[in-house]
Formats: sequence, structure tokens, C-alpha cells
Amino acid sequence: MITESMLTVTYLGAAILFILALGGLSSNDKARRGNLYGMLGMAIAVLVTILANVKANGGVLASVVLIGGVLGFVLARKVKMTQMPELVAILHSMVGLAAVIIGYAHFIDTKQVFTDTEELIHELEIFIGIYIGGLTFTGSVIAYGKLSAIISGKPLLLPGRHFLNLILLLTVIILGWLFITADSHTEALQPLYVMIFIAFIFGIHMVVSIGGADMPVVISMLNSYSGWAAAATGFMLSNDLLIVTGALVGSSGAILSYIMCKAMNRNFISVISGGFGTTTATLTSTILGSQSDVNEITVAETAMSLKQAKRIMIVPGYGMAMAQAQYAVSEISRLLMAKGVNVRFGIHPVAGRMPGHMNVLLAEAKVPYDIIFEMDEINEDFPNIDVSIVIGANDTVNSSALEDDNSPISGMPVLKVWNSKLCIVLKRGMQTGYSGVENPLFFKENTRMLFGDAKSVLDELVQQLQE
Amino acid sequence: MIIGVLKEIHTGEKRVAMTPDMASKLCNLGFEVIVEAGAGVNASYTDLSYTEAGATIIDNASHVWLSADLIVKVRAPQKHPETGVDEISLMRDGCYLVSFIWPAQNIELLQRLAARKATVLAMDSVPRISRAQKLDALSSMANIAGYRAVIEASNQFGRFFSGQITAAGKMAPAKVLVIGAGVAGLAAIGTAKSLGAIVRAFDTRPEVKEQIQSMNAEFLEVDFEEDTSSTDGYAKVMSKEFIKAEMALFTQQAKEIDIIITTALIPGKPAPKLITEDMVKNMREGSVIVDLAAEQGGNCELTIPHKVVKQHGATIIGYTDLPSRLPTQASQLYATNIFHLLTELVPNESDGIIINMEDEVIRGTTVVNNGEISWPPPPISVTRTPAYSESKQPDDETADETAPPLIMTAMRSLVPVVLGCLGLFGLGLVAPPDFMSHFTVFVLSCFIGYMVIWNVSASLHTPLMSVTNAISSIIVLGALMQIGSSDKTIMVLSAFVVLITSINIVGGFAVTQRMLSMFRE
Repeated sequence: MITESMLTVTYLGAAILFILALGGLSSNDKARRGNLYGMLGMAIAVLVTILANVKANGGVLASVVLIGGVLGFVLARKVKMTQMPELVAILHSMVGLAAVIIGYAHFIDTKQVFTDTEELIHELEIFIGIYIGGLTFTGSVIAYGKLSAIISGKPLLLPGRHFLNLILLLTVIILGWLFITADSHTEALQPLYVMIFIAFIFGIHMVVSIGGADMPVVISMLNSYSGWAAAATGFMLSNDLLIVTGALVGSSGAILSYIMCKAMNRNFISVISGGFGTTTATLTSTILGSQSDVNEITVAETAMSLKQAKRIMIVPGYGMAMAQAQYAVSEISRLLMAKGVNVRFGIHPVAGRMPGHMNVLLAEAKVPYDIIFEMDEINEDFPNIDVSIVIGANDTVNSSALEDDNSPISGMPVLKVWNSKLCIVLKRGMQTGYSGVENPLFFKENTRMLFGDAKSVLDELVQQLQE
Repeated sequence: MIIGVLKEIHTGEKRVAMTPDMASKLCNLGFEVIVEAGAGVNASYTDLSYTEAGATIIDNASHVWLSADLIVKVRAPQKHPETGVDEISLMRDGCYLVSFIWPAQNIELLQRLAARKATVLAMDSVPRISRAQKLDALSSMANIAGYRAVIEASNQFGRFFSGQITAAGKMAPAKVLVIGAGVAGLAAIGTAKSLGAIVRAFDTRPEVKEQIQSMNAEFLEVDFEEDTSSTDGYAKVMSKEFIKAEMALFTQQAKEIDIIITTALIPGKPAPKLITEDMVKNMREGSVIVDLAAEQGGNCELTIPHKVVKQHGATIIGYTDLPSRLPTQASQLYATNIFHLLTELVPNESDGIIINMEDEVIRGTTVVNNGEISWPPPPISVTRTPAYSESKQPDDETADETAPPLIMTAMRSLVPVVLGCLGLFGLGLVAPPDFMSHFTVFVLSCFIGYMVIWNVSASLHTPLMSVTNAISSIIVLGALMQIGSSDKTIMVLSAFVVLITSINIVGGFAVTQRMLSMFRE
């Protein structure tokens, strides 16, 4: 009914559609059509595979697809935009889990027969696929826990962490050797189980040792891993569509992690190997001063200075997401623009908990995207800005990154808000950001601190501006 | 501690050194404030408002002088123009006085104050460093003078400032030239700009160029090179050649400019003559010149201090009391400056006044310390611009030295490529052809992914992650191939995988679609 060649052609078509889906994301107008291509590719690939392979248990298949589909749809409708990082993390974990189970099921399924070299490579593929899938699964679950604050965001540092990782890796290699040299299937299962267990431990350990501010890197890295897991499964099944898709997703995640690393001035290699971003978190720099040493400002005064300004830059951070303040921010920008004020948004690449997080929140609150700018586009423009408002951001506007060579975050690119004529920082208190580094910005001559919960303060500000 | 506030006796002076607002703040800090009756009337602050703020009203000036530990004033002590009573004679020995003094012009006054064993803080001598900005009364007053200069000019000017096109014809915008972009100059630029005029500005200090441009005014430059910045933030005397070039610029500008506002002052020197009679003749009929340097002799040759004169068809305004013409605003700013000075002087009310001569702000402001003249203070440097440009160059040089030679860079980028090729070759030796074809697909896909993903706009990174999530669930194919298995375990496992990947596929695509539709607006 469906021949091998027809399958190949279908898979080729699906692969092309997936590439178009990713390519579409280069601009806002093409992105939606791209997403439809992606859906179409997925639909025909799944449908044709079902027609070609599923000869029995059709009822079971239909029911799980239906249940899963409905669950996924409800999840996608219900999720708040501020919770996107959590959703993405949990979805990653499912890809990882799927890779583990498929690899395992494939191994215990003894239908296929191979020659010697083929057998060796095939078993290696199974082994690697399960390993990557396993660590993606637990890593993502832990990331989800950290993002939704079920697990503490603080990095857990075991003594001899790197040594432990090395031991685990060596054990996995030895287990791999035992696995492929095993005489029978049942004998090979033993090292396989142990390896799955170690992969799980590895994934957990990798993510618990990472601090909250590094979450954008973790999420993109797990994204990458889930792609490699799919690619490894593709090798195992000799399925080119899986290989292509896995490679696409894998390199996508890798590039995102690279961008995030660059935005935090971190080394890519140390990120990929896990267990990073910890040295900075433990370093405490000198205390610059307390709440009484800064210039405070009231909401009324803020409203006044905003009304008088001609050019305003809004710099949002994770605090805006936490307080769900994006609607108030949008309203403020709308009111100011109606008064003829030039309002723009400056977004740091690692603002928030995942790449592009701030953009999604601002889009949700209907801030027009042509006034939203990336850090590199606007960073030299701050001297022309009358007032910049920092909302719930800290490390991404930390001036010590550029001014203090001894600072733990020295060299990290930051938004130079202090170059604007007036800089208003909205914050709950004087605590440091995730990096634990004091921020000299708060003590600058032209900085005013507006203390309070982002949402309530901004709502009040909206009222003041309306008057 | 008692702070005394006096009614100003200088003819025409409407400001007052303390507002009810600040008096109330001082009372809250534990000070006692006494105010001469009618002190704030000209600045629209009634005696009642002071009483409400917690101050005590005293009818007689001499009582205030006698009871207060510290006197705050706007103008320096002088003879009363009507009664002839000298304020210094009312002063108690060892009194503290905070006011404008202008020590450079009033050495004799300093000596008389010193004879009374007074301690005098001159609000005009606050050092111009960032920390002292909140007590810088000169800046506060200059800001007001700059604003008022434009208002006075518009009062004399026969046209609109802004250009308009109406049914009755087209009106050209007024052209304003501001000479000297200090605080007053910048305030004048801002005010003229907001009235709609075309504003040009000139200053000998190149570092103010950015400030002028940031206010959307045009910065005029002379065709002449000279290091014109100074270390104290003020302008200095220029060379003859520079002045010649500068005058040529003004002569040429005078022909097209409608309003000139001059604010050029050099500390301790008479104001430089920048606008000559010839230039005034060249100006159009009805032009206006506001000379903010009138008190120091004026920047324009025809300026008559305190007066408005008409010469060659131009109106030349030489008012010297511009801040006093906005008395409420001026008093408010001045009183705030004074308040900040007092909080520096008296960190704790119970400890009394501490004149800390180690503190460079207090050191600069104190002109008589307990009967000893302490003026002028040692110089402080405020601008770092010249030092900055010097330190910049060595940086560039070291950067050049540390750059590795070309051959090393080439090696560095070649080594991984060669290693990669060798690795692939080794793989090709052992791996079966089937594997190699898959491997080819894999490597090419990585490259496609690399090319495609770099084009993704940064604002869409979150949708990118959710859509890659959905498509990486293509892994479901592996489960679909096995779900038909007769082996119960495999079937159940596969069914579970199909379940979770279905969540992933539908959820991933749906949430991506939801996000992208938000981006569409």
C-alpha cells in the first residue's frame, strides 16, 4: 500500500516543511505561515507513518493520540505567557523521556537482524540515544521545578562536582563497552538499566548546580539536547526525517545557548558540559551601601519626570514578568506616546528566564514591536534619553560589569541606562540580582530608586499619568 | 538652634531665603525658625503660611539679627536704602550668616564681617562639583535667569517665536542665538526651543557641544583650534586669534539672528565684549539682545546695566535682577539649596553647627571662618576631559601589540577543520555505507539549521523554542513503528510515548500559534 519510496518522499517533504517553519521565524509576518507549515509537515509525516506501519492496536493509538492532543491543546490555551519557560521545560522533558522509552523498546524488540559492524553501530546508537534522552528528561524536570519555584533557584554545589561528573561519564563509557560486548540481550540489559539511572542522575546534577539567572542558557541547552536525542533516535531507527529534525532542533538550541552565553559573557564549552555559573553566585562583592544611601523617588515625582521627558527608554527584566506588570507597562507607554513622547523598550538578550521572554510578554500586552529594540541596537543611544525606567531588572543593568574589572560579572554586556539623563529603577528592595553582585547603578548621581511591587507601583503610575 | 530669616532690603529684591515648605522641614528636624514679618510677601509667601509651617513671626529685623544663631539671606548685608541702618551693625558677634556675598567684588565687606567674628558661608562660592549640585544656588538662579531672559526677549520682540502657516500667510520662526551654554544658556536654549524658535548656540568649551545638541539646538563652531576647556568648569580667557575668529562668526550670525542672549562670564574678570556696536547695526530692525552679563559690564558694548535701551533699531535688555523677577520660583529653589547646605553643616541638631574645613564643599563655601577670611579656597578640579583623551591612546597601542600575528590566527581556525576532516575520514574507514549516508544527512542538516536559525529575529526566540519543541516530537515516529507490536510491553511503552509526544506536538504548535498571533498586531 505505502512503499518505501513513498515514505522517503513524504519524509523529505516533512523535512522541508520543518525547515520552512524555522525559516519563517525570521520575521513577524512570515512566522505564522511558517508555523502552519510545521503543523502540516508533522501531520503528513505522522499520518503516512501510521498508514505504513500500524497494522494492529489502532484503537489504542487513536485513544492516546486523542487524549494527548486534548491535554496539549488545553495546556497551550491555559498557560500564562509569564509561565512560558516552565511550559517549554516540561515539553522538553517529554521529548527526553520519549527518546529513552523508544530506545529501550527498540532494544527489547528483537525482530531486526544485523551484521556485526551494523550491530555494533546500532547498539551504540541506542545507547547514546537513551543517554541523551535520559539526561534531557531529568534535567528538564529539574529546570521546570526551579522555574516554578518548586525547587530552590539557588545552585546546589556538591563538593568535587566536576570530579563527580567525570566519574559518571567514565562509568557511562564503561557501561557502554559492557553493553555492546554483551553476549546476549538479557546480559546487555543490566548495564543499560544502570546507564539509564546514571543518565537521570547526570541530568539532575547538571541543572541543580545552576543558578536562577542562568536559566536562559539552561533552557536553550536542554532544547538543544532534546534535538540531539531525536537525532540519535533517528540514527537508531535509520530514519532520515528524525535525523534532519533532530539536527535542526539541536543546532537551534546550540545557537540560542551561544547567544545567551555571549550575553552573559560566559564560555560556551563550560556551559555545554554543565555545572557552570556557580563561581559568580558564591562570590560576594563589597557592600556599596544600604537603602538610605540612594536617592528615592515617589510615584508622583516619577509621573512628573515622565511627563516632562521627550525620549524615554523602558528596560524590563524578570521582575516585570514575576509581578505580571506587562499590561501596566504597556498602558504607560501608550499614555506617554499619546502625549507625543518618544517611548522605546530596550531588551537585554538574557532578560527573563528564556530567550525572547520579554518580547513575548510585551507582545501579549500589545506593545507595538517596532518600538522594542535589542540591546545592541540602542545601547549607544542612552545619552540622548531623558528618562530610562528599569523595571525589575538588575544584573542586566549592572554598571560594575563595565566599570569594575574585579567584578564577577566584569565584561558582561549590559544596558548602559546610567548614560541617560535620569534613570529610575523600580525595585522591591535593595537585594542583589541572581548573580549576587551589588549594583553601583543604584548609587549613581542620576539614579532614582522607586521601591515597591512592580504591579501596584505601575498601576498607580498609570493613574497619575492619566490625570 | 535658631535660624533667622530676614526681609531683603535691597531695592527691588523680591526673593526670600526661606519658604514655608523648607521652614517646616527644618522645624521637623528640630530647628527653631524665626521670620521677619513680611519677609516672603513679595514672593507670595504670607506670614500666615510661615506660622502654619511652624515658624515664629517677629516684627522687628534687629530682633531677628539678635536672636538667631544663623541668619539666612539672599543679598549680602548692606545699608538700608531708606533708613540708612547697616545690617552689619545689627549683627551679633560670632553670628553665622548664609547668603550671596560675591567675595571677589566685596573684599571690604569680608573684612567688616570678619571684624564681627562672624562665620560666613557664601552661596555664590559653592564649588561646582557633582556632590555639591544640590546646594548650588548659582545654578538654580542661572536656570531661572535663562528662562526669564527668553520671556523678557519675547516681551520686546514683535513676532511669534514659532513658525506658522495660516490662512493669513506664512510666518517664519524666530532665530535665537545663545552665547555661552552654562546653566543659564542651556535654560534659555530649552525655553526658546519650547516656544518654537530655531536655536543656535555657541560656547568656547567644546565639551558642552553634546549638551547643546541634546537639546536639539545647533552648535556653532569657529574655524580655529585651541584647547579651550578648563579644570574648574568655567570658561577662560581666549587667545587673540580665537577671539578674532569668534567675532567673525558673530558678525555673520548677527545678520540673520532675531534674538541674541549672551551669558558669557569669566570668573573674576569683567564680562568679555562679544557683541560690538557694528554687529548691532547689522541686525534686523526689531531684534532683541538680552545681556545676562550686564552686572559684570555686559557682553554687548551698548548694554546699560539695569535698563532696557533701544539702539540702531534693536532693543538691548540689561536687567540684572532676572531671578528676582520670578520671585516665587527663585525663592523656592534658593531655599532648597539653603536647606541642603544646613543639613551638611548641622548633621545633628543637638551638636550645633560644624564647619568642617576638610570637606571641600564646606571649605569652598566658607568665606569667613570665625573672624578669619578664608577666601579664596584652594582650587579643585572638576573636568576630566583632557586627561581622558590622553589615556585613550595608549589603550589602542597595547591592543595592537597583543593582537596575534596573522599566521597564528590562520592556524587557530585551520586546526579544528583539519582535525574534523581527519575524524570524518577515520569514520568513513570503519562505518558501513548505510550509516555514512545517514551521517551525511545529519551533518548537512546541522549546517542548514545553523544558517536558518541565525536569521531568526531575536524577538521570536521564545516561539522558536516552542516550535522546535513541537517538531522535535517527530520522535513519535519511533513509537508509531512499534505500537502495532504483538509484544504487550512494547505496545504499552509505545502507547505511552505516543501519549506524551501528542501532548508535546499539539501543545507546542498551539502555544506557538498563540504567541505568534500576539506578535501580529
